[in-house]
Amino acid sequence: MPRVWQFGDSINTDDILPGKYAPFMVGEDEFHRYAFAHLRPEFAAEVRPGDLLVGGRNWGLGSSREYAPQALKTLQVGAVIAESFARIHFRNLLNLGIPAFTSETVPDALRDGDTVSFDLAAGTIARGDEVFGLEPPPAFLQEALKEGSILAFYQKYGRFPGEGAKRAPNRQPS
Amino acid sequence: MTPTSLPDLRGLTLAERILSVRSGSRVRAGELVVVSVDQVMVVDSVAPSVIARIENDLGGRVRNPERVTFVLDHVAPAANVEVATAQADARRYARERGIRIFDVGRGICHQVLMEEGLIQPGGVVLGSDSHSTTYGAVSCFGTGMGATDVALSAASGRTWLKVPETVVVKLTGERPVGVSAKDVALTVVRELTAEGATYSSLEFHGAEDFTLSERMTLANLAVEAGAKVGLVPPSGEVLEGFSVPEWLVVDPDAAYVRVLELNLGALTPVVAAPSSVDNVHPLSGFSGVRVDQVFVGTCTNGRLDDLHTVADILRGQRVADGTRLLVIPASSRVLQDAAADGTLTTLLAAGAVFGTPGCGPCMGRHMGVLAPSEVCVSTSNRNFVGRMGSSEAQIFLASPAVAALTALTGFLAAPQPEPVVA
Repeated sequence: MPRVWQFGDSINTDDILPGKYAPFMVGEDEFHRYAFAHLRPEFAAEVRPGDLLVGGRNWGLGSSREYAPQALKTLQVGAVIAESFARIHFRNLLNLGIPAFTSETVPDALRDGDTVSFDLAAGTIARGDEVFGLEPPPAFLQEALKEGSILAFYQKYGRFPGEGAKRAPNRQPS
Repeated sequence: MTPTSLPDLRGLTLAERILSVRSGSRVRAGELVVVSVDQVMVVDSVAPSVIARIENDLGGRVRNPERVTFVLDHVAPAANVEVATAQADARRYARERGIRIFDVGRGICHQVLMEEGLIQPGGVVLGSDSHSTTYGAVSCFGTGMGATDVALSAASGRTWLKVPETVVVKLTGERPVGVSAKDVALTVVRELTAEGATYSSLEFHGAEDFTLSERMTLANLAVEAGAKVGLVPPSGEVLEGFSVPEWLVVDPDAAYVRVLELNLGALTPVVAAPSSVDNVHPLSGFSGVRVDQVFVGTCTNGRLDDLHTVADILRGQRVADGTRLLVIPASSRVLQDAAADGTLTTLLAAGAVFGTPGCGPCMGRHMGVLAPSEVCVSTSNRNFVGRMGSSEAQIFLASPAVAALTALTGFLAAPQPEPVVA
């Protein structure tokens, strides 16, 4: 059963993975061990595959470093649920195939250390008899995620989701 | 593109105008667009992931190598074998693929791309660094993304974007002496908060008197309010130095989600206190804070005018005992200019220590990381816990003038009401 890790508001990407522990500083096989090294030093050792990370407002602000969510992916985090996300980090989560949900109410209802069950396909979290629903991602992203990721989508179709048949010409400034 | 093929741009914001022209049809905030990208900028710390994505997931294809630029700046020169290997791989890949590369010592990515003429008003540039909003200084739609988005853009020549809503920062009044563009930008972040412009375009109106360097400071810090882009409408130095499309103007009928008015005349020097960029307060509240290291540099405030400000304050004097002054010019050109006009000599005589043009200790990797309990005043853009080294160190973000006066006294210090002349 997944455990809830509650982090609160304004978690920045230096919190998620400090810059000095970037993969090209400490090695591709090591960097995930430093996830939340300053904020919750026990996290990387104790997190279990499928655990849920819960944040408040503006989760993932700051640096564009994709290796921050990559560390979470390596640790097999099940999903990130927050009241709101910073935009670059939100794209990074989805690009890496880490489910990310925005919810005004669920982050507040979940407590650190809660044991829950999580149904990704249904978009629900259950704690005992309580069931919390999550909003599905926008249609554009669902179309990409059907192929696994936007990269996989592009590789398969040679275009972006939503470009459709009337793909915009590759305009260049003259 | 000829003017006759322009879509109807009436009533559109700058961001909507740029993305409408680029996509060839009128688009409004909230719509998804796929647009071509003029430059894809990749820094050394992200290059390994980008290269791996292109090679492993995208068929090894780079659509327009001349539209991809690598910059080795985030740990330059290399601090350890891992970094050295990553940089060597980036060099080799760039050479094989015909990708432009600026090597160790040329400077910080954003500064270098501007200096090299790769950033143009009305363009679209994607960077692997969040401070790619800096390109908005010339009304280029510059935005940061992660390695996967950047790799996809290098491979496809395009990217997808949600057309942002626009928050206008309307600057009025005259800036008092001692109040810099950094103070203006930090005050804007305080007023908007670190999430106040999330997903939005920030437009800075009333910045006609700001120099190009000052506009870069404004646009650079836009991302600290969460913005996707930070656009300064072309005027002044930008009209003189760049080719500006005639459609790249503020439309009086454009619709904004918010207008924040800021009377420059009421501003004072400020600092962003530990440990968030929107934790901004008047400097006067911190006058007793003892400072161990002063860092002048970064894509926010490492340009020639910033070095001039510091040199003017330090000329003929010495940095306080017990305080280190670290100066890292934003680019090799800044360093050369500072050498040519005597600024370098003035700063060296005052006791400044110089580092190789690049990002320096801004993200805590080398060249001046902080010990536990140390206090740093930095002209950079982030003061998060552990950002520059120890998680127990404290970082105050401030203007070059505040940094210089702090170096002189050893305590957080505000500029005088009158210009300081030694």
